[in-house]
Amino acid sequence: MNPFLDFLALMGRGLISACRTLGGVAIFAGIGVSHLVRPPFQFRQFRRHFIEIAYFSLPVVALTALFTGMVLALQSFTGFSRFNAESAIASVVVLSVTRELGPVLAALMVAGRIGAAMAAEIGTMRVTDQVDALTTLSTDPMKYLVAPRLLAATLAMPLLVIVANILGVLGGFLIATVKLGFVAQTYLDNTWDVLEVMDVVSGLVKAAVFGFVIALMGSWCGYNSRGGAQGVGQATTSAVVASSILILALDYVITEAFFSR
Amino acid sequence: MNQPGNASDRGAERSVNQPGNASDRGAERSVNQPGNASDRGAERSVNQPRNDTPKIRLRGLRKSFGAKRVLDGVALDVRAGHSMVLLGGSGSGKSVTIKCILGLITPDEGLIEIDGQDVSKLSRRDRTEMRDRIGMLFQNGALFDSLPVWENVCFKLLAQKRITRAAARDKAAEVLAQVGLAASVGDLSPSELSGGMQKRVALARAVAAQPDIIFFDEPTTGLDPIMGAVIDGLVVDCVQRLGATAFSITHDMASARRIGDDAAMIHKGQIVWTGAARALGETGNAMVDQFARGEREGPIQMELRR
Repeated sequence: MNPFLDFLALMGRGLISACRTLGGVAIFAGIGVSHLVRPPFQFRQFRRHFIEIAYFSLPVVALTALFTGMVLALQSFTGFSRFNAESAIASVVVLSVTRELGPVLAALMVAGRIGAAMAAEIGTMRVTDQVDALTTLSTDPMKYLVAPRLLAATLAMPLLVIVANILGVLGGFLIATVKLGFVAQTYLDNTWDVLEVMDVVSGLVKAAVFGFVIALMGSWCGYNSRGGAQGVGQATTSAVVASSILILALDYVITEAFFSR
Repeated sequence: MNQPGNASDRGAERSVNQPGNASDRGAERSVNQPGNASDRGAERSVNQPRNDTPKIRLRGLRKSFGAKRVLDGVALDVRAGHSMVLLGGSGSGKSVTIKCILGLITPDEGLIEIDGQDVSKLSRRDRTEMRDRIGMLFQNGALFDSLPVWENVCFKLLAQKRITRAAARDKAAEVLAQVGLAASVGDLSPSELSGGMQKRVALARAVAAQPDIIFFDEPTTGLDPIMGAVIDGLVVDCVQRLGATAFSITHDMASARRIGDDAAMIHKGQIVWTGAARALGETGNAMVDQFARGEREGPIQMELRR
């Protein structure tokens, strides 16, 4: 056999497989979204998942944002003090948190917590015939399992990011005033002066997109899991890895769309 | 595959459907080929009178997963109002057959008719309406962990908005009583139930919407013999009460005799025998008799690697 042809075949198989997966995810997302506008609507399922994401993820997102703001203020001070630019700390903290760190870190935490849980729950339902049982009980699994999760995550993430933004700025404020000796009013004035509506809006748009991606990958990986406990484990891992990578990649794309001139 | 005996030996065995490429088969030719119209007369005599549309009709059903052919031309009739039991060893294609009928798996080729309608030609809405008339008991129950028992039992009625949530609790209690469970079980989670109770709840869920076709996937698997007999009794009661058509798959011969009017045996993706369930064990068909007696030696050889 020709090693070059073997290599080409290998690459081709990989490319075909990637295209197939991409197409599968796109169709899956399309079907899931289509069920959001076609009755009957699964309000109980939506409520359950919304509470699970928005309420029960609050502690982990809040702590992540708080400590991130604190570290940001501390690191900025260490760096900026070399150039006598300490006054820029408030700007750096608020812009970094609202534009990037709030949405991205909250999304990564939710991906680990909710994306994994979604993949595990739907995956377990798949391997124990519960998904098939739904079909035999006159219920479309996409409508019952996927659509409510997509909507709940898309709406819950912006709320979480609002909380993350507030606590991230609070973390920076606490370090700046308590440890670094900033005057509280001055720090707050600097924060408000630099903050624009688009900074917050871009963060919230990112949050909604990230929420959709987390639910989509969690549902997709769970829905397509096979082979018992091992398959569910792989689905869980894949959901977290795929959604984390997509979050970081889409973060760049959305940033480019909002702030590129 | 061996197909010993001649027609006169077979006793209750009256029709066997064996589609596919006849030239491949040699000894298999002792059974009827469903593609051949002249053979269908004998086939029809098994379970149904002439001109009577079977509730479920399968012809030439084929399904492969990769290189593995699981169904190789399954052909079978299930009479309306009767209980058909499909027997077969592990991996013989029983579950795939049932999943094809339910539309959970799309067959590669072949015909599936329910009440004379080709299900592959049904619109999405008609297919949903057809599923509304079907109940299914899964092998492991497949109860929804996130819902209490009462909501599991009335899931279909709630999904179809045929009942309010308040009324569903009472309805669940009523159906649970039919399978010998107390109303208080309705408030428990499926994970709090024993295997036998889970099976009974799954049976209650399968019959709650009063379907006219009920599928049972190995209803007694994993249960002790007494509980198995109890479940079989409940299955028969439920089917008779509803006047439904039942299609069960099992490898439990005692269960097959208890719940079946008719029986068929599938081996390597093909129906190799059909007949009366009461005749199981004395069919004269070497495969069925070996299976019924659980003998190691015989025409069915397990593929063991040493």
